[in-house]
Amino acid sequence: MITALINQIPVPKDIPLDLPLPEWILVVILIFSFLLHILFINLMVGGGVLTFWYELRGLKNKDYDTLAREIASTITVNKSLAVVLGVAPLLSINVLYTVYFYSANALTGAMWISIVPWVAVAFLVFYLHKYSWDRLADNKALHLGILSIGVFSFLMIPFIFLTNINLMLFPEKWAEVSGFFDALTLPNVFPRYFHFITACLAITGFFLAFWFGRKGYTMNENFKNLSKKTIKKQMLNLALAATGMQFIFGPLLFLTLPTQGVTWGLFWVIAGGVTVAVIVVWQLWKLLNDEKEIVGRRYVWLVVLFTVLVGFMGTGRHMYREDALKTHKQMMAERTATHWKDVQKAHEGLLMPEVETDEGPVSPGEALFNNNCAVCHAANNRLVGPPLTEVVPIYENNSEDLKKWIKEPGRKRMDYPPMAGFPNLTDQELTDISKYLLEEEWN
Amino acid sequence: MDFPLFHLDFMGNRMLVALIAIIHVIINHALAVGFIPLVTFLEFRGYQKKQRNAEKGEAWDEVARKLLFFAFIITTTIGALTGVGIWFATSLANPASIGSLIRVFYFAWFSEWIVFVLEVIFIMIYYLTWKKSKQSARNKKRHIIFGFWLSVFSFLTMAIIVGILGFMMDPGSWEAQKTLASGFFNPLYFPQLIFRTPVAMMMAGCVALLYTAFMLKKGNPWRPEILKHISFWILLWMPIAAVGAYTYYWYIPRAMIGNLPVALATQQFQSWYDSLLIVMIVSVAVGFFISILGTLAPKRLPKYLLIIPVLVSFMFLGTFERLREFIRKPYVIGEYMYANGILVEEYPLYQQSGLLKHTPYSSISAITEENKLEAGEAVFNIACTRCHTTHGINSVVVNFEKMYGNQDTLSTDAMKAYMKNMHNVRYYMPPFPGNDAELDALAAYIAEQQKRPQQLEGAQIKGVDVKELDY
Repeated sequence: MITALINQIPVPKDIPLDLPLPEWILVVILIFSFLLHILFINLMVGGGVLTFWYELRGLKNKDYDTLAREIASTITVNKSLAVVLGVAPLLSINVLYTVYFYSANALTGAMWISIVPWVAVAFLVFYLHKYSWDRLADNKALHLGILSIGVFSFLMIPFIFLTNINLMLFPEKWAEVSGFFDALTLPNVFPRYFHFITACLAITGFFLAFWFGRKGYTMNENFKNLSKKTIKKQMLNLALAATGMQFIFGPLLFLTLPTQGVTWGLFWVIAGGVTVAVIVVWQLWKLLNDEKEIVGRRYVWLVVLFTVLVGFMGTGRHMYREDALKTHKQMMAERTATHWKDVQKAHEGLLMPEVETDEGPVSPGEALFNNNCAVCHAANNRLVGPPLTEVVPIYENNSEDLKKWIKEPGRKRMDYPPMAGFPNLTDQELTDISKYLLEEEWN
Repeated sequence: MDFPLFHLDFMGNRMLVALIAIIHVIINHALAVGFIPLVTFLEFRGYQKKQRNAEKGEAWDEVARKLLFFAFIITTTIGALTGVGIWFATSLANPASIGSLIRVFYFAWFSEWIVFVLEVIFIMIYYLTWKKSKQSARNKKRHIIFGFWLSVFSFLTMAIIVGILGFMMDPGSWEAQKTLASGFFNPLYFPQLIFRTPVAMMMAGCVALLYTAFMLKKGNPWRPEILKHISFWILLWMPIAAVGAYTYYWYIPRAMIGNLPVALATQQFQSWYDSLLIVMIVSVAVGFFISILGTLAPKRLPKYLLIIPVLVSFMFLGTFERLREFIRKPYVIGEYMYANGILVEEYPLYQQSGLLKHTPYSSISAITEENKLEAGEAVFNIACTRCHTTHGINSVVVNFEKMYGNQDTLSTDAMKAYMKNMHNVRYYMPPFPGNDAELDALAAYIAEQQKRPQQLEGAQIKGVDVKELDY
């Protein structure tokens, strides 16, 4: 049973080049740049969902339509930042987990590459939605329809990323999956997804509370009844509810993690994160009941708390990845070392198969012929070029013309492709070849 | 070898990369590097005209803004995504090569990324502050100066990237020196830059001309003059583009021939080189004709014909990018890794003891009569699929049929003889990496494919077979 399981694990060789930086620096870059990237992704996805929700409510109350429009204008900026900021973590994960990441990419390749056109189209759809607001004011069904394509895309595309990031952690599953949908149904992808989407809503609510609550923001004159205070309250409500929901999705994610990467260290880091999360919820509650309209000190304090929380979770995420891959990384390192010893042996000729040489040494002309000509010319058969029985007699007693032809051939037979020239051969080499050709019996 | 292999059996993996990369380069050149200076130029002219005629100046400003809007939408969607897409596609098409390159060029790419982030932020600022800039003449002036610096900045982005690309594509210097500076200013660096810059400007002009011709109605009083200005912009860069093209054309063989691994390559190169000349002459001539007409008689400019210079300049760039790709073969990383993703240094091992024995992603270790075809498929997967398909683009079956004059049945002996020595006569082919038994199985597989064609699915569809390795 155990051997059967072990047999399933592919052990490839690692790339035989050093990391460009000490590993820990790359890890810091990865975690930091990833969190920055995911922040804007959160705002982009959450912004999309909220725009949809408020535009829908705007059908009955025009104020919400205005609010939706204001939120929509933040998405297009956030999405641009989300994409460019994604390149640094992509580079870093490529360097740190080359074999794991690329293997997962290949195994889900069709969906993985579809991210490129899909996201491009989703972004275009969001622009179309944003810039057709007035023109489609009388055709809300179509306008909402356009938006729903964009929001649907934003909600689906994360599955592709999460499936990859999950699959790369489990080399033992690589032989089992055929295509994206197999990989999608591995345990842990869905809990990860709910955790992520809920975070999107929490972060977006928290951000928009600031966005509409900040001093510099002057209320759009189209608002009739909706006040700055109400908007702030709704946004904070969302942030609080979504953060609260994480107390369900978080444990669900933790409990469905395959156990091989779960360690006490990870447990304590997650526990630290949970503690901060409790404080976050408590402080959000206080902020919500704060009568002051303008975002103040408590908000800044919450930003700090959120940062710490995300820092804990980001670190935990990395620790789990490292622990889950620990054994496999070791196996891969051993295998790579053995492989390069074998390569060395091969260079010393130790692995050469026994070659039977019963024909004695070959003439220089024959050796040159085998290397340069035999690919296209055989004695009796047509290969790429005509058989030697046909062409050699043309040059009987005329080695000079034969040499000229080999060096710079023309085209005589229209039913064959033109011959490539050999300007690289020296005169001596040409002489050797022509001598071999003319002296050998070709029948 | 060490990765599950993604494979597209119709279009081929390289076509996927080429498609994404060429779209990206075209958007980068036509809608960023060349476009921002053109928009700033039009905005500046609008500002000047506003002094004498407010309405006219306003109309110019609006045209400039709309042009920028168009560029802004395309660059932040398709432009940005195809940029990231190059990473996605290359890591699928040749994971071993991109995985190695990224370890050596991490800093180069990281700095490119920083420049890229700044560029996106600056373009957003430039576009999003446009409406505010109309509030006063002072704001407008500042906005135009910002546009000017943004133009300089996007030019620098290109200058950096051309250097990095030159370094990565330059066979030889990577192994020999492994320093960034030596490769950055490779012999083709300046010719390439002198050539790409005016081409980007002209492409931007062509796209702007097309867009403006459709955006402004025929009766618009400012239309002729604006079209004239854009045409003049193209005309202005024409001599520089011609000089740049000639310089580049002159430098390529001098810088490249020495790098070509086999003298035979020169033949193949010559035909590429000739086609480049034709494309250059045609595109410069078309651009010249349109811009002369637009400058002298903007009212007679036929709006539908304007699509031609746009298409021609795209074709021009496409040919150029293909030529650049050409110099790398048979390597994917000069003298270090072959196009099949196998290291030059590993060759002796695989040629002596076989590929299949060393890959975890095939259930076969020893080839027998029974598993010969299956083994042939596995060898084909490892050794050929990075460039070839079974029956699609660059199909092995079709290539062999063509080579042997469309014979009904491919001879396995002939194919074996060919594949064993192909690197000597086809300079762009890497040597066959496996042992004789694998060569035999591969030839049998190809012959079988001719007889009973069957699509070869990549790892993204059929997954991978895994075996335990002894190590």
